[in-house]
Amino acid sequence: MFQRLIIFLVFLIPTLSKAQEKELMYGDGKINVVIAVITVIFVGLGLYLYSLDRKISKIEDEE
Amino acid sequence: MKNAAYKILGLLLVLYSLVYGMLTEVPVLPIIEESIRNLFYHVSMWFAMVAMMAASFWNAIRFLSKGNLSMDQRSVSQAEMGMVFSFLGLFTGMVWANFTWGTWWTNDPKLNGTAITILIYLAYFVLRNSVDDERKKARISAVYNIFAFIMMIVFIGILPRMTDSLHPGNGGNPGFNSYDLDNRLRMVFYPAVIGWILIGTWIASLRFRIRKIQD
Repeated sequence: MFQRLIIFLVFLIPTLSKAQEKELMYGDGKINVVIAVITVIFVGLGLYLYSLDRKISKIEDEE
Repeated sequence: MKNAAYKILGLLLVLYSLVYGMLTEVPVLPIIEESIRNLFYHVSMWFAMVAMMAASFWNAIRFLSKGNLSMDQRSVSQAEMGMVFSFLGLFTGMVWANFTWGTWWTNDPKLNGTAITILIYLAYFVLRNSVDDERKKARISAVYNIFAFIMMIVFIGILPRMTDSLHPGNGGNPGFNSYDLDNRLRMVFYPAVIGWILIGTWIASLRFRIRKIQD
């Protein structure tokens, strides 16, 4: 499940970064840059939460 | 990862609300202007808090009827997560209030009701920590939890609606509909609420599993 999500995100990055970057990141008062930063922070928090979940699962399995 | 589906769904829904909430067209209102977007972030904290407290209340009742200690552990984990949401909602609300109402704190019935609710739930944690015996602790705190939940409904759900309040939908103020909580806002707000509830459930479940291991 998680691997599939990562693959999806990895394939999403080039489509965003190449052709559309000029309009996407420079238009509309650069609000999209802020959105990109918020996204990075939130995805980072989500990944951290995921790793916590896995660590707890590991400890549960050891018991 | 157990029950991965709801956890990933929660993350995706909140991510959607963070991204699309900044991009979507919003109704232009005086004073509030673009800050109406805070509806997606500030108000969803309160919805998530009430959901967490309701789950905590439900598990307290289940503990009292079944006597299973793990239900008490679920209950306290959910109440903790509800407290986190309530502080996030309070602080985001203070920022928003400062730039729309002109002050960090007013004697608005909803603000004072929230403050009282937070104190009531803080007393819940103090009460828990003051009893050593596990069963007694669980029983006393479950009974108190029922009281706390009902007080929360009274203080943030009922009393603010009976007097004048600066919050929309309360007292003399109109509800969301009249400043058109139109479909553009709804399309972001409801997914955000569901997403935060799912993430809250996830974090509370982590806290619950740590409690289980500690036993």
